Amino acid sequence: MAKETNKDVFLEPIFRKNPIGLLVLGICSALAVTTKLETAVAMSIAVTLVTGLSSFAISQIRTTIPYSIRIIVQMTVIATLVILVDQFLKAYFFDVSKQMSVFVGLIITNCIVMGRAEGYAMSNDPAKSFWDGVGNGVGYSVVLLLVAFFRELLGSGRIYGIEVLKTGADGWYVPNGLMLLPPSAFFLIAFFIWGVRTWDKKQVGK
Amino acid sequence: MGGSFSIFMTSCFSENMALAFFLGMCTFLAMSKEVKAAVGLGAAVIVIQLITIPVNNLIYQYLLNEGALSQFLGASFSSVDLRFVGLISYIGTIAAMVQILEMALEKYVPALHAQLGIFLPLITVNCAILGGTLFMVERDYNFSQSVVFALGSGIGWALAIAALAGIREKLRYSDVPEGLRGLGITFIVTGLMAMAFMGLGGM
Repeated sequence: MAKETNKDVFLEPIFRKNPIGLLVLGICSALAVTTKLETAVAMSIAVTLVTGLSSFAISQIRTTIPYSIRIIVQMTVIATLVILVDQFLKAYFFDVSKQMSVFVGLIITNCIVMGRAEGYAMSNDPAKSFWDGVGNGVGYSVVLLLVAFFRELLGSGRIYGIEVLKTGADGWYVPNGLMLLPPSAFFLIAFFIWGVRTWDKKQVGK
Repeated sequence: MGGSFSIFMTSCFSENMALAFFLGMCTFLAMSKEVKAAVGLGAAVIVIQLITIPVNNLIYQYLLNEGALSQFLGASFSSVDLRFVGLISYIGTIAAMVQILEMALEKYVPALHAQLGIFLPLITVNCAILGGTLFMVERDYNFSQSVVFALGSGIGWALAIAALAGIREKLRYSDVPEGLRGLGITFIVTGLMAMAFMGLGGM
């Protein structure tokens, strides 16, 4: 692309270059929080914020960081932001923070954050890096929310805690317990990748 | 909290790092194309787990936990609670330990270094390592429990990646639908493996 605008930088990673679908980054901490939409939303916001802000911060100091210690500098910036998010969640949304347990901390090692910092923010100006970070965060969130939507709907008949499919004694829907267990997340992601790659043939892997 | 044996079995099988908590997925999927590389990475993960989790356990118990500093610095420090800097110190410890291990291996066991060397830097950002430490803190393990937990989770992760690599090598000869090739089918296989590992949970 000859000239990238902020809009392109923002929209590209959401569909064409989705960090999960194409690059297989950041699945580590993603799937464990998708049994309910509530935690998935919190996780999405947290990751989008951390990716955007860390790319912005790292891009601003990119010319002053000595090359040999850049990884540890990036790590420190990211870890600081994650601690802020973690403390904020603990203070204001304690229940959500309890349910997400260690996975807030694991945003540090989320490959998307590190990957964008190293791959994009180190060689682009702050504004663009910020939008690239936010775009990748949103691309990640789209997958996360889709998976969480299906898992919560089929697994417990609810969407965002509100009962949609009637369960229980007078209901007609029998919850699919497998959807609440880890394996279902793998299957859903597999179907998601299958769909995206059938729609956009360029992404087909070897 | 159960005995050490149950901690080992739980962390190794039914609460397998890779399959039940999705930790270390990035490297898990990227490095599982060949059995040889997968076994090498698995071994490296076991070693690093065994070093970092107990070390982080000591750091947590003697430096970060509420009132821990008063043991060395006197009663005036008894209200100091440094747990909020936990994340940054754990990741620092992990990075430092990986670096030290790499240098030590290069100097004293060059043969092993040649095999594991390329995997070591990858491991710093492996979520399974940091995840192991965070689980250890959350579940409040003491030192000996943390050693057992480290061993179990490391072996569990290594088993999972070695098994997946074996399956993927065989999969090369099968006719997979076009869109599922590569990543898609790997996810499905991983899902099936996760179900198998969970089946061991009731023991």
